[in-house]
Amino acid sequence: MASVSLTDVSVTFPIYDASNTSLKKRLLPTLTGGRIGAASAHVPVVQALEDITISIEHGDRVGLVGHNGAGKTTLLRVLAGIFEPAQGQVRISGRPVPLFDIGLGMDSEGTGYENIYLRGLFLGMPRKEISKRLDDIASFTQLGDFLHLPIRTYSTGMRMRLAFAISTSVEPDILLLDEGIGAGDAAFVEQANQRIQSFADSAGIIVLASHSEQLIRRICSTAVLMEHGRVIEFGSVDTVLERYRERSKP
Amino acid sequence: MALTDFPLTAHLKTGLNSSNFDKAVLDIANGWRSRGLWLAMGLQDIRKRYRRSVLGPFWLTISMGVMISAMGLVWGIIFNQQMDEYLPYLCAGFVMWGFISTLMIEGSTAFTTAEGMIKQLNAPLSIYVYGVVWRNFVILLHNIWILFLVQLWFDKLPGWVALMSIPAVALLALNGMWVGLLLGALSARFRDIPQIVANIVQVMFFVTPIIWQPTMMPERAIILDVNPFYYALSIVRDPLLGTAPSVEHWLVMVAITVCGWACALVVYSVYRWRLAYWV
Repeated sequence: MASVSLTDVSVTFPIYDASNTSLKKRLLPTLTGGRIGAASAHVPVVQALEDITISIEHGDRVGLVGHNGAGKTTLLRVLAGIFEPAQGQVRISGRPVPLFDIGLGMDSEGTGYENIYLRGLFLGMPRKEISKRLDDIASFTQLGDFLHLPIRTYSTGMRMRLAFAISTSVEPDILLLDEGIGAGDAAFVEQANQRIQSFADSAGIIVLASHSEQLIRRICSTAVLMEHGRVIEFGSVDTVLERYRERSKP
Repeated sequence: MALTDFPLTAHLKTGLNSSNFDKAVLDIANGWRSRGLWLAMGLQDIRKRYRRSVLGPFWLTISMGVMISAMGLVWGIIFNQQMDEYLPYLCAGFVMWGFISTLMIEGSTAFTTAEGMIKQLNAPLSIYVYGVVWRNFVILLHNIWILFLVQLWFDKLPGWVALMSIPAVALLALNGMWVGLLLGALSARFRDIPQIVANIVQVMFFVTPIIWQPTMMPERAIILDVNPFYYALSIVRDPLLGTAPSVEHWLVMVAITVCGWACALVVYSVYRWRLAYWV
Protein backbone atom coordinates (compact mmCIF):
# COMPACT_ATOMS: atom_id res chain seq x y z
CA MET A 1 0.00 0.00 0.00
CA ALA A 2 1.37 3.35 -0.99
CA SER A 3 1.27 6.25 1.39
CA VAL A 4 3.01 9.56 1.86
CA SER A 5 3.18 11.77 4.89
CA LEU A 6 4.96 15.04 5.39
CA THR A 7 5.37 16.60 8.82
CA ASP A 8 6.45 20.25 9.20
CA VAL A 9 8.48 20.11 6.03
CA SER A 10 10.42 23.23 5.08
CA VAL A 11 12.62 23.59 2.06
CA THR A 12 14.99 26.48 1.49
CA PHE A 13 17.23 27.05 -1.47
CA PRO A 14 20.57 28.67 -0.90
CA ILE A 15 21.39 31.12 -3.69
CA TYR A 16 25.02 30.77 -4.52
CA ASP A 17 25.98 33.20 -7.19
CA ALA A 18 29.47 33.33 -8.60
CA SER A 19 30.78 35.23 -5.60
CA ASN A 20 29.43 32.64 -3.20
CA THR A 21 30.26 29.45 -5.03
CA SER A 22 33.87 30.35 -5.44
CA LEU A 23 36.49 28.84 -3.19
CA LYS A 24 38.35 32.12 -3.14
CA LYS A 25 35.62 33.78 -1.13
CA ARG A 26 35.65 30.87 1.29
CA LEU A 27 39.39 30.66 1.73
CA LEU A 28 40.42 34.29 1.64
CA PRO A 29 38.79 35.27 4.91
CA THR A 30 40.67 32.58 6.79
CA LEU A 31 43.90 33.41 5.05
CA THR A 32 43.72 37.10 5.71
CA GLY A 33 42.41 36.63 9.20
CA GLY A 34 39.25 38.65 8.78
CA ARG A 35 35.99 38.43 6.96
CA ILE A 36 35.67 40.29 3.70
CA GLY A 37 32.12 41.21 4.43
CA ALA A 38 29.37 39.94 6.64
CA ALA A 39 27.43 39.01 3.51
CA SER A 40 29.97 36.38 2.51
CA ALA A 41 29.03 34.16 5.42
CA HIS A 42 25.31 34.64 4.94
CA VAL A 43 24.05 33.01 1.84
CA PRO A 44 20.71 34.43 0.73
CA VAL A 45 18.02 31.79 0.72
CA VAL A 46 14.66 31.35 -0.91
CA GLN A 47 12.02 29.78 1.25
CA ALA A 48 10.30 27.43 -1.19
CA LEU A 49 8.20 25.40 1.24
CA GLU A 50 7.24 26.25 4.78
CA ASP A 51 5.78 23.96 7.45
CA ILE A 52 4.02 21.61 5.09
CA THR A 53 2.06 18.88 6.87
CA ILE A 54 -0.04 16.62 4.71
CA SER A 55 -0.71 12.94 4.55
CA ILE A 56 -1.83 11.11 1.47
CA GLU A 57 -3.23 7.59 1.62
CA HIS A 58 -3.51 4.80 -0.89
CA GLY A 59 -6.19 5.60 -3.47
CA ASP A 60 -5.97 9.37 -3.08
CA ARG A 61 -5.86 11.55 -6.17
CA VAL A 62 -4.56 14.93 -5.12
CA GLY A 63 -4.52 18.04 -7.26
CA LEU A 64 -2.05 20.84 -6.48
CA VAL A 65 -3.18 24.32 -7.38
CA GLY A 66 -1.57 27.69 -6.86
CA HIS A 67 0.10 30.52 -8.69
CA ASN A 68 3.45 30.27 -10.39
CA GLY A 69 6.14 30.03 -7.76
CA ALA A 70 3.73 28.84 -5.07
CA GLY A 71 5.89 25.76 -4.49
CA LYS A 72 3.97 23.12 -6.44
CA THR A 73 6.92 21.73 -8.32
CA THR A 74 9.14 21.84 -5.26
CA LEU A 75 6.53 19.91 -3.31
CA LEU A 76 6.36 17.30 -6.08
CA ARG A 77 10.15 17.00 -5.94
CA VAL A 78 10.01 16.46 -2.20
CA LEU A 79 7.37 13.77 -2.72
CA ALA A 80 9.59 12.14 -5.33
CA GLY A 81 12.50 12.09 -2.90
CA ILE A 82 14.61 14.36 -5.10
CA PHE A 83 14.78 17.12 -2.52
CA GLU A 84 15.38 15.97 1.02
CA PRO A 85 14.07 18.77 3.21
CA ALA A 86 16.31 20.56 5.68
CA GLN A 87 13.59 20.45 8.31
CA GLY A 88 10.68 18.13 8.94
CA GLN A 89 10.00 14.53 8.19
CA VAL A 90 9.07 12.80 4.97
CA ARG A 91 7.75 9.27 5.01
CA ILE A 92 7.18 7.64 1.66
CA SER A 93 6.15 4.02 1.23
CA GLY A 94 5.89 2.76 -2.31
CA ARG A 95 7.90 3.76 -5.33
CA PRO A 96 7.29 7.29 -6.59
CA VAL A 97 7.53 7.89 -10.33
CA PRO A 98 7.96 11.55 -11.23
CA LEU A 99 6.71 12.42 -14.72
CA PHE A 100 7.77 16.04 -15.05
CA ASP A 101 9.25 15.90 -18.52
CA ILE A 102 7.91 12.93 -20.42
CA GLY A 103 10.73 13.14 -22.93
CA LEU A 104 13.52 12.95 -20.35
CA GLY A 105 16.33 10.68 -21.47
CA MET A 106 15.23 10.35 -25.07
CA ASP A 107 17.94 10.63 -27.67
CA SER A 108 17.03 12.27 -30.95
CA GLU A 109 19.60 10.24 -32.88
CA GLY A 110 18.26 6.93 -31.56
CA THR A 111 15.51 4.96 -33.25
CA GLY A 112 12.00 4.75 -31.82
CA TYR A 113 12.67 1.30 -30.42
CA GLU A 114 15.98 2.35 -28.86
CA ASN A 115 14.19 5.22 -27.23
CA ILE A 116 11.48 2.99 -25.82
CA TYR A 117 14.20 1.09 -23.97
CA LEU A 118 16.09 4.21 -22.95
CA ARG A 119 13.05 6.05 -21.68
CA GLY A 120 11.80 2.89 -19.97
CA LEU A 121 15.07 2.56 -18.07
CA PHE A 122 14.74 6.18 -17.00
CA LEU A 123 11.32 5.38 -15.61
CA GLY A 124 12.87 2.63 -13.54
CA MET A 125 11.58 -0.33 -15.55
CA PRO A 126 13.92 -3.30 -15.88
CA ARG A 127 14.88 -4.29 -19.44
CA LYS A 128 12.82 -7.49 -19.28
CA GLU A 129 9.68 -5.62 -18.38
CA ILE A 130 10.19 -3.17 -21.24
CA SER A 131 10.60 -6.06 -23.70
CA LYS A 132 7.34 -7.51 -22.42
CA ARG A 133 5.48 -4.27 -23.04
CA LEU A 134 7.22 -3.39 -26.26
CA ASP A 135 4.37 -4.52 -28.52
CA ASP A 136 1.77 -2.75 -26.45
CA ILE A 137 3.75 0.50 -26.49
CA ALA A 138 4.52 0.22 -30.20
CA SER A 139 0.92 -0.38 -31.17
CA PHE A 140 -0.33 2.48 -29.01
CA THR A 141 2.00 4.96 -30.71
CA GLN A 142 0.60 3.94 -34.16
CA LEU A 143 3.96 4.92 -35.58
CA GLY A 144 4.45 1.60 -37.38
CA ASP A 145 7.69 1.41 -39.32
CA PHE A 146 8.71 4.86 -38.17
CA LEU A 147 9.83 3.18 -34.98
CA HIS A 148 12.85 1.88 -36.89
CA LEU A 149 13.92 5.42 -37.79
CA PRO A 150 15.84 7.90 -35.62
CA ILE A 151 13.38 10.09 -33.79
CA ARG A 152 14.96 13.25 -35.15
CA THR A 153 12.97 12.45 -38.30
CA TYR A 154 9.71 12.58 -36.31
CA SER A 155 7.38 15.53 -36.10
CA THR A 156 6.83 17.09 -32.68
CA GLY A 157 3.48 15.33 -32.42
CA MET A 158 4.97 11.95 -33.24
CA ARG A 159 7.66 12.39 -30.63
CA MET A 160 4.99 13.32 -28.14
CA ARG A 161 3.06 10.13 -28.92
CA LEU A 162 6.13 8.02 -28.38
CA ALA A 163 7.11 9.69 -25.12
CA PHE A 164 3.53 9.54 -23.92
CA ALA A 165 3.12 5.86 -24.78
CA ILE A 166 6.25 4.84 -22.91
CA SER A 167 5.68 7.07 -19.92
CA THR A 168 2.16 5.80 -19.37
CA SER A 169 3.23 2.16 -19.56
CA VAL A 170 4.77 2.16 -16.09
CA GLU A 171 2.70 0.99 -13.16
CA PRO A 172 3.68 3.41 -10.43
CA ASP A 173 2.78 3.19 -6.76
CA ILE A 174 2.92 6.95 -6.51
CA LEU A 175 2.53 8.96 -9.66
CA LEU A 176 3.70 12.57 -9.67
CA LEU A 177 2.59 14.75 -12.57
CA ASP A 178 3.54 18.33 -13.29
CA GLU A 179 1.16 20.33 -15.50
CA GLY A 180 -0.48 17.20 -16.84
CA ILE A 181 0.54 15.41 -19.97
CA GLY A 182 -0.18 17.19 -23.23
CA ALA A 183 -0.60 15.06 -26.32
CA GLY A 184 -0.79 15.58 -30.08
CA ASP A 185 -3.77 15.75 -32.44
CA ALA A 186 -7.48 15.40 -31.74
CA ALA A 187 -7.89 11.70 -32.49
CA PHE A 188 -4.89 10.98 -30.35
CA VAL A 189 -6.13 13.12 -27.51
CA GLU A 190 -9.29 11.00 -27.28
CA GLN A 191 -7.17 7.86 -27.13
CA ALA A 192 -4.76 9.52 -24.75
CA ASN A 193 -7.57 10.47 -22.40
CA GLN A 194 -8.63 6.86 -22.10
CA ARG A 195 -5.08 5.81 -21.51
CA ILE A 196 -4.54 8.49 -18.87
CA GLN A 197 -7.68 7.29 -17.15
CA SER A 198 -6.58 3.64 -17.02
CA PHE A 199 -3.04 4.72 -16.19
CA ALA A 200 -4.40 6.86 -13.37
CA ASP A 201 -6.57 3.98 -12.15
CA SER A 202 -3.56 1.69 -11.88
CA ALA A 203 -1.57 4.04 -9.65
CA GLY A 204 -1.85 3.83 -5.87
CA ILE A 205 -1.53 7.57 -5.40
CA ILE A 206 -1.56 10.45 -7.85
CA VAL A 207 -0.39 13.94 -7.15
CA LEU A 208 -1.00 16.30 -10.04
CA ALA A 209 0.09 19.91 -10.23
CA SER A 210 -1.90 21.81 -12.82
CA HIS A 211 -3.45 25.11 -13.78
CA SER A 212 -6.20 23.28 -15.64
CA GLU A 213 -9.37 23.06 -13.56
CA GLN A 214 -10.80 20.63 -16.07
CA LEU A 215 -7.92 18.20 -15.68
CA ILE A 216 -7.99 18.42 -11.91
CA ARG A 217 -11.73 17.85 -11.80
CA ARG A 218 -11.43 14.83 -14.05
CA ILE A 219 -8.60 13.07 -12.23
CA CYS A 220 -8.49 14.28 -8.65
CA SER A 221 -10.65 13.59 -5.63
CA THR A 222 -9.01 16.07 -3.29
CA ALA A 223 -6.99 19.20 -3.84
CA VAL A 224 -4.39 21.34 -2.12
CA LEU A 225 -4.12 25.11 -2.54
CA MET A 226 -0.63 26.48 -2.15
CA GLU A 227 0.56 30.03 -1.79
CA HIS A 228 4.08 31.29 -1.05
CA GLY A 229 5.25 27.83 -0.12
CA ARG A 230 2.45 27.18 2.36
CA VAL A 231 -0.60 25.00 2.22
CA ILE A 232 -3.61 27.34 2.42
CA GLU A 233 -6.37 24.83 1.95
CA PHE A 234 -6.61 21.06 1.80
CA GLY A 235 -9.98 19.52 1.00
CA SER A 236 -12.42 18.55 -1.70
CA VAL A 237 -11.74 19.71 -5.23
CA ASP A 238 -14.75 22.04 -5.30
CA THR A 239 -13.96 23.95 -2.13
CA VAL A 240 -10.29 24.30 -2.97
CA LEU A 241 -10.94 25.50 -6.51
CA GLU A 242 -13.55 27.91 -5.15
CA ARG A 243 -11.06 29.32 -2.69
CA TYR A 244 -8.39 29.52 -5.39
CA ARG A 245 -10.69 31.55 -7.61
CA GLU A 246 -11.56 33.82 -4.71
CA ARG A 247 -7.93 34.51 -3.93
CA SER A 248 -7.06 35.04 -7.56
CA LYS A 249 -9.44 37.98 -7.79
CA PRO A 250 -7.70 41.32 -7.69
CA MET B 1 37.76 32.47 13.38
CA ALA B 2 36.21 29.26 14.58
CA LEU B 3 35.63 26.47 12.10
CA THR B 4 31.96 26.43 12.95
CA ASP B 5 31.64 29.90 11.43
CA PHE B 6 31.56 28.12 8.11
CA PRO B 7 28.19 26.49 7.48
CA LEU B 8 29.94 23.80 5.50
CA THR B 9 32.17 22.71 8.34
CA ALA B 10 29.29 23.03 10.77
CA HIS B 11 27.41 20.57 8.59
CA LEU B 12 30.35 18.24 8.78
CA LYS B 13 29.94 18.12 12.55
CA THR B 14 26.19 17.65 12.70
CA GLY B 15 25.69 15.85 9.43
CA LEU B 16 28.02 12.97 10.09
CA ASN B 17 25.66 10.59 11.83
CA SER B 18 24.79 6.98 11.28
CA SER B 19 21.50 7.69 9.55
CA ASN B 20 23.16 9.88 6.91
CA PHE B 21 25.93 7.34 6.54
CA ASP B 22 23.44 4.53 5.98
CA LYS B 23 21.62 6.59 3.39
CA ALA B 24 24.86 7.32 1.56
CA VAL B 25 25.83 3.65 1.51
CA LEU B 26 22.31 2.73 0.41
CA ASP B 27 22.54 5.30 -2.38
CA ILE B 28 25.77 3.72 -3.62
CA ALA B 29 24.32 0.20 -3.36
CA ASN B 30 21.10 1.19 -5.13
CA GLY B 31 23.17 2.94 -7.77
CA TRP B 32 24.81 -0.39 -8.47
CA ARG B 33 21.40 -2.05 -8.66
CA SER B 34 20.26 0.52 -11.22
CA ARG B 35 23.11 -0.46 -13.51
CA GLY B 36 20.68 -1.13 -16.36
CA LEU B 37 20.19 2.62 -16.52
CA TRP B 38 23.78 3.86 -16.40
CA LEU B 39 25.10 1.08 -18.60
CA ALA B 40 22.65 2.20 -21.28
CA MET B 41 23.28 5.91 -20.61
CA GLY B 42 27.06 5.49 -20.91
CA LEU B 43 26.88 3.64 -24.21
CA GLN B 44 24.36 6.14 -25.51
CA ASP B 45 26.74 8.99 -24.63
CA ILE B 46 29.53 7.44 -26.67
CA ARG B 47 27.28 6.49 -29.58
CA LYS B 48 25.81 9.97 -29.65
CA ARG B 49 29.23 11.49 -30.20
CA TYR B 50 29.95 9.41 -33.28
CA ARG B 51 26.47 8.87 -34.66
CA ARG B 52 26.33 9.16 -38.47
CA SER B 53 30.09 9.11 -38.84
CA VAL B 54 31.16 6.20 -41.02
CA LEU B 55 33.62 4.74 -38.53
CA GLY B 56 31.58 5.50 -35.41
CA PRO B 57 33.24 5.00 -32.02
CA PHE B 58 36.21 3.53 -33.91
CA TRP B 59 37.28 7.17 -34.20
CA LEU B 60 38.29 6.93 -30.55
CA THR B 61 40.84 4.32 -31.52
CA ILE B 62 42.03 6.25 -34.57
CA SER B 63 42.47 9.56 -32.73
CA MET B 64 44.48 7.85 -30.06
CA GLY B 65 46.58 6.09 -32.68
CA VAL B 66 47.36 9.32 -34.54
CA MET B 67 48.24 11.09 -31.30
CA ILE B 68 50.57 8.35 -30.14
CA SER B 69 52.37 7.96 -33.47
CA ALA B 70 53.06 11.68 -33.60
CA MET B 71 54.16 11.92 -29.97
CA GLY B 72 56.19 8.74 -30.24
CA LEU B 73 58.18 10.02 -33.17
CA VAL B 74 58.85 13.45 -31.68
CA TRP B 75 59.69 12.38 -28.14
CA GLY B 76 61.52 9.26 -29.26
CA ILE B 77 63.91 11.42 -31.27
CA ILE B 78 64.24 14.09 -28.58
CA PHE B 79 65.00 11.53 -25.88
CA ASN B 80 67.09 9.51 -28.31
CA GLN B 81 65.19 6.30 -27.57
CA GLN B 82 64.99 2.92 -29.27
CA MET B 83 61.63 3.02 -31.01
CA ASP B 84 60.81 -0.63 -30.40
CA GLU B 85 61.16 -0.05 -26.65
CA TYR B 86 59.89 3.47 -26.41
CA LEU B 87 56.75 3.38 -28.54
CA PRO B 88 55.01 0.52 -26.61
CA TYR B 89 56.02 2.22 -23.35
CA LEU B 90 54.63 5.59 -24.43
CA CYS B 91 51.52 3.95 -25.84
CA ALA B 92 50.70 1.98 -22.68
CA GLY B 93 51.35 5.03 -20.51
CA PHE B 94 49.36 7.38 -22.69
CA VAL B 95 46.32 5.12 -23.05
CA MET B 96 46.15 4.44 -19.30
CA TRP B 97 46.80 8.08 -18.51
CA GLY B 98 43.81 8.91 -20.67
CA PHE B 99 41.69 6.64 -18.48
CA ILE B 100 43.01 7.97 -15.18
CA SER B 101 42.92 11.66 -16.12
CA THR B 102 39.40 11.63 -17.56
CA LEU B 103 38.17 9.79 -14.48
CA MET B 104 39.50 12.72 -12.44
CA ILE B 105 38.24 15.48 -14.72
CA GLU B 106 34.84 14.02 -15.56
CA GLY B 107 34.42 12.69 -12.04
CA SER B 108 34.67 16.20 -10.67
CA THR B 109 31.81 17.32 -12.91
CA ALA B 110 29.76 14.14 -12.54
CA PHE B 111 26.90 15.85 -10.70
CA THR B 112 27.02 19.34 -12.21
CA THR B 113 26.71 18.03 -15.77
CA ALA B 114 23.77 15.84 -14.74
CA GLU B 115 21.86 18.80 -13.31
CA GLY B 116 18.84 18.36 -15.58
CA MET B 117 18.45 14.73 -14.69
CA ILE B 118 19.07 15.13 -10.97
CA LYS B 119 16.11 17.50 -10.72
CA GLN B 120 13.78 15.27 -12.71
CA LEU B 121 14.73 11.78 -11.72
CA ASN B 122 14.55 10.20 -8.29
CA ALA B 123 17.32 7.73 -9.05
CA PRO B 124 20.22 7.25 -6.61
CA LEU B 125 22.71 10.05 -7.21
CA SER B 126 25.63 7.65 -7.39
CA ILE B 127 24.47 6.51 -10.86
CA TYR B 128 26.04 9.63 -12.36
CA VAL B 129 29.43 8.63 -10.95
CA TYR B 130 29.02 5.02 -12.06
CA GLY B 131 28.15 6.42 -15.46
CA VAL B 132 31.40 8.38 -15.68
CA VAL B 133 33.49 5.35 -14.71
CA TRP B 134 31.63 3.05 -17.09
CA ARG B 135 31.84 5.45 -20.04
CA ASN B 136 35.58 5.84 -19.59
CA PHE B 137 36.04 2.11 -19.23
CA VAL B 138 34.35 1.61 -22.61
CA ILE B 139 36.61 4.27 -24.13
CA LEU B 140 39.62 2.47 -22.63
CA LEU B 141 38.48 -0.75 -24.30
CA HIS B 142 38.58 1.09 -27.62
CA ASN B 143 42.01 2.61 -27.03
CA ILE B 144 43.82 -0.42 -25.65
CA TRP B 145 43.90 -2.02 -29.12
CA ILE B 146 46.42 0.58 -30.24
CA LEU B 147 48.85 -0.79 -27.68
CA PHE B 148 48.42 -4.36 -28.90
CA LEU B 149 48.87 -3.24 -32.50
CA VAL B 150 52.06 -1.39 -31.62
CA GLN B 151 53.36 -4.39 -29.67
CA LEU B 152 52.50 -6.71 -32.52
CA TRP B 153 54.33 -4.46 -34.96
CA PHE B 154 57.52 -4.46 -32.89
CA ASP B 155 57.06 -8.09 -31.91
CA LYS B 156 56.92 -7.15 -28.22
CA LEU B 157 53.72 -8.84 -27.09
CA PRO B 158 53.66 -8.98 -23.29
CA GLY B 159 52.42 -12.54 -22.73
CA TRP B 160 50.12 -13.80 -20.00
CA VAL B 161 51.44 -11.39 -17.41
CA ALA B 162 49.39 -8.72 -19.19
CA LEU B 163 46.31 -10.26 -17.58
CA MET B 164 47.52 -8.83 -14.28
CA SER B 165 46.51 -5.44 -15.60
CA ILE B 166 42.84 -6.48 -15.34
CA PRO B 167 42.61 -6.35 -11.53
CA ALA B 168 44.68 -3.15 -11.72
CA VAL B 169 42.12 -1.53 -14.02
CA ALA B 170 39.39 -2.68 -11.63
CA LEU B 171 41.24 -1.00 -8.77
CA LEU B 172 41.58 2.19 -10.81
CA ALA B 173 37.84 2.10 -11.53
CA LEU B 174 37.21 1.75 -7.80
CA ASN B 175 39.36 4.83 -7.30
CA GLY B 176 37.44 6.60 -10.03
CA MET B 177 34.31 5.99 -7.98
CA TRP B 178 35.57 7.69 -4.84
CA VAL B 179 37.10 10.54 -6.79
CA GLY B 180 33.76 11.12 -8.48
CA LEU B 181 31.74 10.94 -5.27
CA LEU B 182 34.15 13.20 -3.38
CA LEU B 183 35.15 15.77 -5.99
CA GLY B 184 31.79 15.61 -7.74
CA ALA B 185 29.97 16.51 -4.54
CA LEU B 186 32.37 19.29 -3.57
CA SER B 187 32.40 20.69 -7.10
CA ALA B 188 28.63 21.01 -7.05
CA ARG B 189 29.11 23.51 -4.24
CA PHE B 190 32.37 25.11 -5.31
CA ARG B 191 32.50 25.53 -9.05
CA ASP B 192 36.23 26.30 -9.05
CA ILE B 193 37.18 22.77 -8.15
CA PRO B 194 36.86 21.26 -11.66
CA GLN B 195 39.24 23.97 -12.92
CA ILE B 196 41.70 23.19 -10.15
CA VAL B 197 41.47 19.48 -10.91
CA ALA B 198 42.01 20.09 -14.63
CA ASN B 199 45.15 22.08 -13.86
CA ILE B 200 46.51 19.49 -11.47
CA VAL B 201 45.92 16.73 -14.00
CA GLN B 202 47.69 18.73 -16.69
CA VAL B 203 50.76 19.27 -14.52
CA MET B 204 50.76 15.64 -13.42
CA PHE B 205 50.95 14.55 -17.05
CA PHE B 206 54.46 15.96 -17.20
CA VAL B 207 55.51 15.06 -13.67
CA THR B 208 54.43 11.43 -13.99
CA PRO B 209 56.63 9.16 -16.11
CA ILE B 210 54.51 8.83 -19.24
CA ILE B 211 56.62 10.39 -21.96
CA TRP B 212 59.83 9.87 -19.98
CA GLN B 213 60.99 6.80 -18.09
CA PRO B 214 61.83 6.59 -14.39
CA THR B 215 65.29 5.35 -15.32
CA MET B 216 65.99 8.71 -16.98
CA MET B 217 65.96 10.28 -13.52
CA PRO B 218 69.44 10.75 -12.07
CA GLU B 219 68.48 9.02 -8.83
CA ARG B 220 65.30 7.85 -7.23
CA ALA B 221 63.44 11.08 -7.06
CA ILE B 222 60.89 12.34 -4.61
CA ILE B 223 58.81 13.36 -7.60
CA LEU B 224 58.02 9.67 -8.06
CA ASP B 225 57.74 8.57 -4.44
CA VAL B 226 55.04 11.05 -3.48
CA ASN B 227 53.17 10.95 -6.77
CA PRO B 228 50.01 8.83 -6.44
CA PHE B 229 49.59 8.89 -10.22
CA TYR B 230 52.91 7.11 -10.59
CA TYR B 231 51.64 4.18 -8.54
CA ALA B 232 48.28 4.17 -10.29
CA LEU B 233 49.96 4.10 -13.67
CA SER B 234 52.68 1.59 -12.90
CA ILE B 235 50.45 -1.16 -11.49
CA VAL B 236 48.61 -1.30 -14.79
CA ARG B 237 51.38 -0.35 -17.22
CA ASP B 238 54.01 -2.80 -16.00
CA PRO B 239 51.99 -5.95 -16.75
CA LEU B 240 50.88 -4.48 -20.08
CA LEU B 241 54.56 -4.20 -20.99
CA GLY B 242 55.33 -7.72 -19.85
CA THR B 243 56.73 -7.24 -16.35
CA ALA B 244 54.98 -8.27 -13.15
CA PRO B 245 53.78 -5.24 -11.19
CA SER B 246 55.64 -4.38 -8.01
CA VAL B 247 53.97 -5.53 -4.80
CA GLU B 248 54.97 -2.29 -3.14
CA HIS B 249 53.14 -0.25 -5.76
CA TRP B 250 50.04 -2.39 -5.37
CA LEU B 251 50.07 -1.92 -1.61
CA VAL B 252 50.38 1.83 -1.94
CA MET B 253 47.51 1.87 -4.40
CA VAL B 254 45.31 -0.25 -2.12
CA ALA B 255 46.08 2.16 0.73
CA ILE B 256 45.14 5.13 -1.46
CA THR B 257 41.88 3.40 -2.38
CA VAL B 258 40.96 2.75 1.24
CA CYS B 259 41.78 6.29 2.40
CA GLY B 260 40.07 7.82 -0.60
CA TRP B 261 36.90 5.84 -0.02
CA ALA B 262 36.90 6.80 3.65
CA CYS B 263 37.10 10.51 2.77
CA ALA B 264 34.52 10.14 0.02
CA LEU B 265 32.08 8.34 2.33
CA VAL B 266 32.38 11.07 4.94
CA VAL B 267 31.78 13.84 2.42
CA TYR B 268 29.06 11.93 0.59
CA SER B 269 27.25 11.12 3.85
CA VAL B 270 27.18 14.73 4.90
CA TYR B 271 26.50 16.49 1.62
CA ARG B 272 24.65 13.92 -0.53
CA TRP B 273 21.22 15.28 0.30
CA ARG B 274 22.34 18.83 -0.52
CA LEU B 275 23.42 17.93 -4.04
CA ALA B 276 19.97 18.40 -5.57
CA TYR B 277 19.97 21.94 -4.16
CA TRP B 278 23.50 22.75 -5.27
CA VAL B 279 23.50 21.67 -8.89
